[in-house]
Amino acid sequence: MPLVKLTQVNKIYKNSSGLEFQALKNINLTINKGEFLAITGPSGSGKSTLMNILGLLDSPSSGSYELDGSDVSKLGENDLATIRNRKIGFVFQSFNLLPRTSALDNVSLPLIYAGVTEKDRLSRAKQSLEIVGLADKLGSTPSQLSGGQQQRVAIARALVTNPELILADEPTGNLDTKNSEEIMKIFHSLHKNKKTIILITHELDVAKNAPRIIHVKDGTVLN
Amino acid sequence: MNTTETFRLAFKAILANKTRSFLTMLGIMIGVLSVILLTSLVSGLKTSITSQIAGLGSNLIYVIPGKIGGGRGPGGTQVDKLTVRNSTALKLGLGNQASVCPAVQKVSNIYYFNKSSKEATVIGVEANYPDIIQSVKISQGRFFNNSESQAGQKVVVIGQTVLKNLFPDGSALNREIKVDNLKYKVIGVLEARGSIFGADQDNTVVIPLVSAQRQFGITNLTTIFIDAKTPENVDNIKKKVGEILAKSLSTDDFSVVDQAQTLSTINQITGVLTLGLGGIAAISLLVGGIGIMNIMLVSVTERTREIGLRKALGARPKDIRNQFLIEAITLSGLGGLMGIILGILSSWAINPIIQTTITWWAIVLSFAFSMFVGVIFGVAPALRASRLNPIESLRYE
Ligand SMILES: Nc1ncnc2c1ncn2[C@@H]1O[C@H](COP(=O)(O)OP(=O)(O)O)[C@@H](O)[C@H]1O
Ligand SMILES: [Mg+2]
Repeated sequence: MPLVKLTQVNKIYKNSSGLEFQALKNINLTINKGEFLAITGPSGSGKSTLMNILGLLDSPSSGSYELDGSDVSKLGENDLATIRNRKIGFVFQSFNLLPRTSALDNVSLPLIYAGVTEKDRLSRAKQSLEIVGLADKLGSTPSQLSGGQQQRVAIARALVTNPELILADEPTGNLDTKNSEEIMKIFHSLHKNKKTIILITHELDVAKNAPRIIHVKDGTVLN
Repeated sequence: MNTTETFRLAFKAILANKTRSFLTMLGIMIGVLSVILLTSLVSGLKTSITSQIAGLGSNLIYVIPGKIGGGRGPGGTQVDKLTVRNSTALKLGLGNQASVCPAVQKVSNIYYFNKSSKEATVIGVEANYPDIIQSVKISQGRFFNNSESQAGQKVVVIGQTVLKNLFPDGSALNREIKVDNLKYKVIGVLEARGSIFGADQDNTVVIPLVSAQRQFGITNLTTIFIDAKTPENVDNIKKKVGEILAKSLSTDDFSVVDQAQTLSTINQITGVLTLGLGGIAAISLLVGGIGIMNIMLVSVTERTREIGLRKALGARPKDIRNQFLIEAITLSGLGGLMGIILGILSSWAINPIIQTTITWWAIVLSFAFSMFVGVIFGVAPALRASRLNPIESLRYE
């Protein structure tokens, strides 16, 4: 059953002097529920642009996007925010945790916008942190955690709303090999638990963790 | 996101930058403080003047020289036309319907050997003065009688400040004091009357009108006091007074005033004072609001990444807008609360020196205004935050 269906998606950026740049060209992509997919390609090939569209942070210039059976390419900002909150979990290269804020509070952040009560937020955030193996770091702030631990907090935050789709853009880009492997282990176990994961990376070694790999070059999907 | 959550977030953000938040609140705090303090000073002034005037008695009518409120037409206004002849005419014309007391006033120095009471008010009146002015009461000795008054004897009744300055031991009766260079015998001491906004009403001596006129070589009167006996008579007597005086004076040369008029004039004056001072204080509130806007704009820029993240995680534009708006309102509200507390405390602190009356409407109004300022100056930064593009914000360094 398809979770993501992109049809003839184009993305054209216009810079301030009016010059156009086509970052995505006629992308057709179907991703089924429960798939673990890697999108790879050289820097500047359009991977992040693709992820922003998949993550509803940006909309395609043309083409259609069906997420979980409904067309989301024409929705307004408020609806997009709500769908991002319910159906998508993000993991970023630079972790993007709130500074001076405990792991528990960082993880429960998406639940605030889902209208979950404080008590439920905290218990769900705790569960989520347990999944990524940080049950003993609930009260730690980002500055008290290693890079690998910070990224695990970010994954816990992506999981806490129990989303359909997990989008990770270069999640290991700021980590060493050992920590990268830790993160990949978590992705594997999430995959085993039927989560849909899209892993974006320019490193082929990292991409090879995923059963299905898509190569992007100059805004087009190869093969 | 619900309101409680938003407020909690606002408090967290405010506490994360304690010094900065406090300095920002200071602007609003000073604004509210000055609104409350200034209005309480004005209403204190009003209360004290009003009670002083009420203390004179509500049946009181004054005739004063000159025309109140201008009369600067052809011929102009004369302020020295009122004489004893007019007060005598009034006594004859009014008969026993009212009692009449002509008065002069002068500022002089009072001496007793090497002690002195400088710049005391010398009041020259007739013997019925204490009967007409309710707040004039004798605490020691007696007031001068009719024959002393008519003969212009050198007798004096002194106020509490003069008593304190000249006779620290309190025994003044039958002593001879000097008003400027002439000797008077002390026959009585007045009760204290307090001060109106710093002007001491007890640094005064009362002597017979005739003595005052002789000593100072003056023939015109400062005031003619008239007691209408009952409040119902006031209007009627006022009319008669006007008619009697108009026989020998131009209507531009005198004014007849009753207590109600005096009170309404005072209300007008204090009303203008309140508006003026309150307005100036409100401008400082506005300046405080600009400070809030400034800090909120800085805060939005500083937290660009946080805003991008929140949006990615599902915050709608209005959630972000509310977050920053409530933060601005909380800042100005807290500033307003501190201003109210300090305003009340400082009014209390000043009260022993200058009478202050805290008005509740000033508190409510200045607090509401400070919240309003928070909304007005918080909207622009909050809208800016809510419109940030999440992708660009997440990339912001
Ligand atoms: N906001 C933008 N405006 C203009 N060009 C952009 C913008 N974002 C990305 N691009 C361009 O689109 C291309 C793809 O970028 P991106 O998707 O970030 O690549 P990748 O993530 O694969 O490195 C790049 O050439 C980049 O310069
Ligand atoms: Mg990229």
